[in-house]
Amino acid sequence: MTTSVNVVTETSDSPYALTHLDALESEAVHIFREVAGEFERPVILFSGGKDSIVMLHLALKAFAPAAIPFSLLHVDTGHNFPEVIEYRDRTVAEHGLRLHVASVQEYIDAGKLRERPDGTRNPLQTVPLTEAIQQHRFDAVFGGGRRDEEKARAKERVFSLRDEFSQWDPRRQRPELWQLYNGRHAPGEHVRVFPLSNWTELDVWQYIQREQIELPEIYFAHERDVFARSGMWLTAGEWGGPKDTEPVEKRLIRYRTVGDMSCTGAVDSEATTLDAVIAEIAASRLTERGATRADDKLSEAAMEDRKREGYF
Amino acid sequence: MTSTTEQLTAQLSATTLLRFATAGSVDDGKSTLVGRLLHDSKSVLADQLEAVEHASRSRGQEAPDLALLTDGLRAEREQGITIDVAYRYFATPRRRFILADTPGHVQYTRNMVTGASTAELTVVLVDARNGVVEQTRRHAAIAALLRVPHVVLAVNKMDLVDYAEPVFAKIAEEFTAYASELGVPEITAIPISALVGDNVVDPSAHMDWYGGPTVLEHLETVPVSHDLTSCHARFPVQYVIRPQTAEHPDYRGYAGQIAAGTFRVGESVTVLPSGRTSKIAGIDLLGTPVDVAWTPQSVTLLLEDDIDVSRGDLVVPSDDAPATSQDVEATVCHVADQPLTVGQRVLLKHTTRTVKAIVKDIPSKLTLDDLSQHPAPGQLVANDIGRVKVRTAEPLALDSYAHSRRTGSFLLIDPADGTTLAAGMAGDAFATAKAAPAEQSADDDAAWDF
Repeated sequence: MTTSVNVVTETSDSPYALTHLDALESEAVHIFREVAGEFERPVILFSGGKDSIVMLHLALKAFAPAAIPFSLLHVDTGHNFPEVIEYRDRTVAEHGLRLHVASVQEYIDAGKLRERPDGTRNPLQTVPLTEAIQQHRFDAVFGGGRRDEEKARAKERVFSLRDEFSQWDPRRQRPELWQLYNGRHAPGEHVRVFPLSNWTELDVWQYIQREQIELPEIYFAHERDVFARSGMWLTAGEWGGPKDTEPVEKRLIRYRTVGDMSCTGAVDSEATTLDAVIAEIAASRLTERGATRADDKLSEAAMEDRKREGYF
Repeated sequence: MTSTTEQLTAQLSATTLLRFATAGSVDDGKSTLVGRLLHDSKSVLADQLEAVEHASRSRGQEAPDLALLTDGLRAEREQGITIDVAYRYFATPRRRFILADTPGHVQYTRNMVTGASTAELTVVLVDARNGVVEQTRRHAAIAALLRVPHVVLAVNKMDLVDYAEPVFAKIAEEFTAYASELGVPEITAIPISALVGDNVVDPSAHMDWYGGPTVLEHLETVPVSHDLTSCHARFPVQYVIRPQTAEHPDYRGYAGQIAAGTFRVGESVTVLPSGRTSKIAGIDLLGTPVDVAWTPQSVTLLLEDDIDVSRGDLVVPSDDAPATSQDVEATVCHVADQPLTVGQRVLLKHTTRTVKAIVKDIPSKLTLDDLSQHPAPGQLVANDIGRVKVRTAEPLALDSYAHSRRTGSFLLIDPADGTTLAAGMAGDAFATAKAAPAEQSADDDAAWDF
């Protein structure tokens, strides 16, 4: 019944309009170059997951035809998907990058961390991560975190100052004005940098499709032995699943996120191509984390609590 | 379910991006409006809604509290207020949106400045029962200061005033008069009920007298200007790319994001502050050579001559170079807990350049409630907005903020601990002149520009 009295025309046909993907790409590249210009020892967190793969792709474009002026850091839970580790090592070799690995397993073996009763190692990543940052004196740490992932992450800055204990204090964040990122920090402090802050899961997938970026196979539908726990399909493995009461079955599944095997769930899927994956995500009524991450369901503020301790 | 199909089409076909911000007082229902916008545009997924329903039930509330969709921090949920800016993302078939959801409380004025700094549109929320209050004027003034091109006045809680047109008309008229005086270029007033859903996404069945767009319709159709032909072209150099490889032995590219206007191959350019000149030999758009590039593209410029160019320099067309100066006069919003005082040594970050600076004078402080100015306040504290004069150790090429939000803005930083002290906007404060208050001091330079 209501008709608009002020009919205005869309101006997207202007020769100077950028598509949303171009705008997001340009912004992310700007962030990478700011860090290269202002920091001494930046590092990119690289897990072999889609967000870190997109970050690496953007960094390659940002500094082309020169090499990326950063090394990579993988916090290895020890519960990895073999396809992802293979992808990680191949990518590092292909681009002549330097990879640092912080190993949760080594911390457990050395008695510095204790395995949790539920077998989940995601929360255990915080200590190896923060110690690797201190040990290598990294002053800027790129993460693939997106604000659309989770309500605590929606409050995260693009440049997020962390104290010497890597802690995040949401009440003491620097205001972030215009595109003027303030990366100043005291010795021992560092800045977490999130170039994909303004991207959504769908943006990431559409960008992967546009740029034809190769991904580990577990992102596409394949048959796998899985069992059900807390409403999710988990891959059977040496990390302590399945229990006797959890029957294993073969299903056609794919992963929406890549993390620790013990808490990253798969979804039923027939999507074997990028087009099919994009159609599936666009139609999904569940968020990426809601569908596949057990660690976020631990409490209403699980992510905020982990981020305060130094997690991404 | 048709909503799924709609959502699918929406997310895949929308190609333009609108960044907007919200502003409203504590109990005006801003979080509810944002929640309603996300919910009714089907941007809330099942698990998020389930989490909100669960949290609402455990708090003893009957209906899901949509505000819980946006208040993500423990302290926010405990106190029922929004403390910090949150960014939200949603899409309709016509557009994608990045929403900066900013707190309305007076003590968080700096967060509204943060949200407005990147916004092309601000939604100012008013409670229909209270009308235009001090906080409304404060929000309008900040939108005007930050030069947000479009302002929406959302008159909320119309259900509590019997959807009466005269109530809406009076508020809209008062607000429009006030905001126009501040130089806000476009104001759109919309009567809504965020709680019930009137005119947020769906047209209201209760207000036949209103013929304008819903909030979402307006967001989808508001024109975002892409006319760059009249803009002064500006390119801050971020980083020098020198591969020094066998394949690229002599490549020397200046990487950066075009801050304003357009650049073309063959164009004569000047590098500031040195004043050296050259021509653009090539433009790389992330690995692809192009003939022309424009804001906000991130590109790499190649120059014909091997001149000294480094991070912090500004490349501009030789026939359109801004003046450089070591004296900056600006409006600042103070965003830190520690004060800014006359004589204080600070760092000034402008585009990619950070220089030492000293605060020479704080001529006046603005009272947002009535826009009166207090001369010589001596210092600025958190959430204050004032005029400052700053002397920099090196010359800067600052544009007026009125001409370029990107090259007319700067930060003041505490050199001791790196704290961001103030957000600065060079040049005049508000867009239009306003009669000066009678008690204004005789010193013209100390006065506000209205």
